[in-house]
Amino acid sequence: MRRFAELLERLAFTPARNGKLRLLTDYLAAAPDPDRGWGIAAITRDLTLDAVKPAMLRALTEARVDPELLALSHDFVGDLAETIALIWPPTPGPVADPPLAEVIDRLRGASRREAPQVVERLLDRLDASGRFALLKLVTGGLRVGVSARLAKQALADFGGRDVTEIEELWHGLAPPYLGLFAWLAGTGPKPMPRAAAPFRPVMLAHALDVADLAKLDPADFLAEWKWDGIRVQAVSDAGGRRLYSRTGDDISGAFPDLVDALAFDATLDGELLVRRPDGSIATFSDLQQRLNRKTVTAAQLARYPAHLRAYDLLQAGARDLLAEPFAARRAALEALGATLDPGRFDLSPLLPVASWDDLAALRAAPPDPVIEGVMLKRRDSPYVPGRPKGLWFKWKRDPHTVDAVLMYAQRGHGKRSGFYSDYTFGVWTEDGALTPVGKAYFGFTDAELAEIDRWVRSNTTERFGPVRAVRAEPDHGLVLEVAFEGLARSARHRSGLAMRFPRIARLRWDKPPSEADTLETLEALLPEG
Amino acid sequence: MDVRPARPKPNVMHAADLLVPRPEGLYCPPGDFFIDPTRPVARALVTHAHSDHAIAGHGAVLATRETLDIMAIRLGAGFAGTTQTAVRGETIGLGGATVSFHPAGHVLGSAQVAVEKDGFRIVAAGDYKRSPDPTCAGFEPVRGDIFITEATFGLPVFRHPSPLGEAQKLLHSLAQFPERSHLVGVYALGKAQRLIALLRAAGHAGPIYVHGALRRLCDYYASRGVDLGELPDATVGRGRARDFAGQIVLGPTSAFAGPWVRRFADPLIGFASGWMQVRARARQRGVELPLVISDHADWSELTATIDELDPTEVWVTHGREEALVRWCSLAGRRARPLHLVGYEDEAED
Repeated sequence: MRRFAELLERLAFTPARNGKLRLLTDYLAAAPDPDRGWGIAAITRDLTLDAVKPAMLRALTEARVDPELLALSHDFVGDLAETIALIWPPTPGPVADPPLAEVIDRLRGASRREAPQVVERLLDRLDASGRFALLKLVTGGLRVGVSARLAKQALADFGGRDVTEIEELWHGLAPPYLGLFAWLAGTGPKPMPRAAAPFRPVMLAHALDVADLAKLDPADFLAEWKWDGIRVQAVSDAGGRRLYSRTGDDISGAFPDLVDALAFDATLDGELLVRRPDGSIATFSDLQQRLNRKTVTAAQLARYPAHLRAYDLLQAGARDLLAEPFAARRAALEALGATLDPGRFDLSPLLPVASWDDLAALRAAPPDPVIEGVMLKRRDSPYVPGRPKGLWFKWKRDPHTVDAVLMYAQRGHGKRSGFYSDYTFGVWTEDGALTPVGKAYFGFTDAELAEIDRWVRSNTTERFGPVRAVRAEPDHGLVLEVAFEGLARSARHRSGLAMRFPRIARLRWDKPPSEADTLETLEALLPEG
Repeated sequence: MDVRPARPKPNVMHAADLLVPRPEGLYCPPGDFFIDPTRPVARALVTHAHSDHAIAGHGAVLATRETLDIMAIRLGAGFAGTTQTAVRGETIGLGGATVSFHPAGHVLGSAQVAVEKDGFRIVAAGDYKRSPDPTCAGFEPVRGDIFITEATFGLPVFRHPSPLGEAQKLLHSLAQFPERSHLVGVYALGKAQRLIALLRAAGHAGPIYVHGALRRLCDYYASRGVDLGELPDATVGRGRARDFAGQIVLGPTSAFAGPWVRRFADPLIGFASGWMQVRARARQRGVELPLVISDHADWSELTATIDELDPTEVWVTHGREEALVRWCSLAGRRARPLHLVGYEDEAED
């Protein structure tokens, strides 16, 4: 338990992806089976133990600690689980370091009624960081900034394998993944992917370098729109029906409407979108209402019905199409597509492209807001997991840009230590004030970073820990040209807007802040509805 | 002879005569001196040399030899009109009162001050801790009618983990990230030297680089017999950032916010402070490696010390007075907050 608690603690404070990966691989190397498997399951949330409610934990603690002291402490610390972990009075006897597996076993074995008592006994045996880990486990709030994707990458790194291999296997596995670890350690056979409705690792595109177009022959390629939804794989066979994310996470639970409609024996690759009540395809911000949920309500199903726009076919009945050329897979997809429920499925249409000029023209004027660019796929490309070179290309549309004013700068980490490298920027409101509309921390060179840093230091108006407010007045301030992919309404932001993928496109030292854009300009970019 | 009507709480009456809180600090009318005044006064008794307790400009200062030395290093030789060295345990008469200095275990030279008159004694502990620290003399329990305790970490959530374990955490990270410079923010007086001693105890024999702001105090500790090992300057020539990969560098956290830190290879920033116990505090400061190492008594030490000394009354000053006073009342002890102003929780920069 101590090792797992330490891992959680380090992960929570380590911002960099590579740092997190090293912490995870070191943990996998150091922790024994079955603890490490349970540790990974807790982090990827394949294991959830909503065993105890916070109110119950508070009651357990108030039986040990004066409620007034608990309240004063909670005020100071902020987080209830952390407060309890720290305040839980030491009991006589040595601190124990029970294996994580034993702790999880007890919690899983306990009934609702027994759970508080089991938790109480564990709290008595663990040290403060163990108690913190325990409380986060039982309240289901681990939040250490590790995605399932990153955990799979760590497993791949640990075993010296490609991450697509892990993704392919993942759904046949259950914690504590003993077979997986045996294989990764070289002491066991490779686990078989799940027999029923298995996931097949997806094929990804490279970003197109426009300069390379001249070397490519349009006749070798098929072109499609690039849709702004999420990439999914829909699998249906005699063993079951499943919807997977592009990294192999099973997201069937969030999309029962679509899963119910998988009335075929095939594996489709496509874009998950949602429809509006009038049947048209809705934008990404509507789709987000259905993402990252374990379950879904009837109201959500009715309001944002799920839709699959298919663009590839990996398997149909007994026919495995992975090795076949894309053109052949496309033909088979079109045959299958004709039999599917048009209310749930359609095919991503092929674009008439005789020359690269045709493609550029289509890309410049897409007919639908749910399009974020174009895709090029070689007619002869087999379906290769990962990101093979030279087969598929994506060419995104030019980003939106806005001239915004730098308002706050935050110090960076690691290689950016000592530099103000994270920028909050704003635009003008009707009443002449700036309202923050986003945050960007890349898109500039090291030399530009040094310049901005110098400017921030000599134009600071206020400091809040690692953050500085800077001068942002109509005639004095720094204007940033910010590029972004899209805009959505957001109740969580003061401006009511959330930018997708904002980054610094240019520093506008030449431009006075008074000439920066207004909130009205941004609002005009919002999708309707 | 002072004749007064009998009062139901004679000790409290007596106490108020012996030490009273004033805007400048705690004042002793019969002795005409202040303890750790935060403004210049005619006569000051200084418990330790941290800047919120030891300022320049007093007429006369009475303190331990180390505290006087460190004040001279930090504030300049003429920091006071006159100085007088207090010897551990020795009684000194000041006006109508007597005082004595006793080790507080906080930093080198730190002392508690016992003030006595007519057999009635108040012990002002200043900042103190009970956990072992090889860089300074350990806290000496001194019984008195009234015990004045600090309450910097006066909440039951503060139970500092083993400081050696925290030092090992740093060494573990060094082994895990050997390409990164490990920069640890420390307070120049006390924390720096204690962390170095802990790292030595944890088996780190190699160089520990120090920022210029720590140099003189580290040298002073060494001159007082505190062996800290090899402490080269954290200065680099051009383009030699890699020299510090996998090395420990100590500096004031204020330096980490500025250009100084850019000379190091992919810095991993740590901070050694009791406040690192609280995650929000560590996150707020952008710390990647929080090390919970404190030179102040934690909750267990505060409460155990009060129980051990068993004073008639406890006065609680700077920090979380409310919680410690609450604990005293639950334990059936008389206690009150002093509400002195001007002392920092624990200097963070």
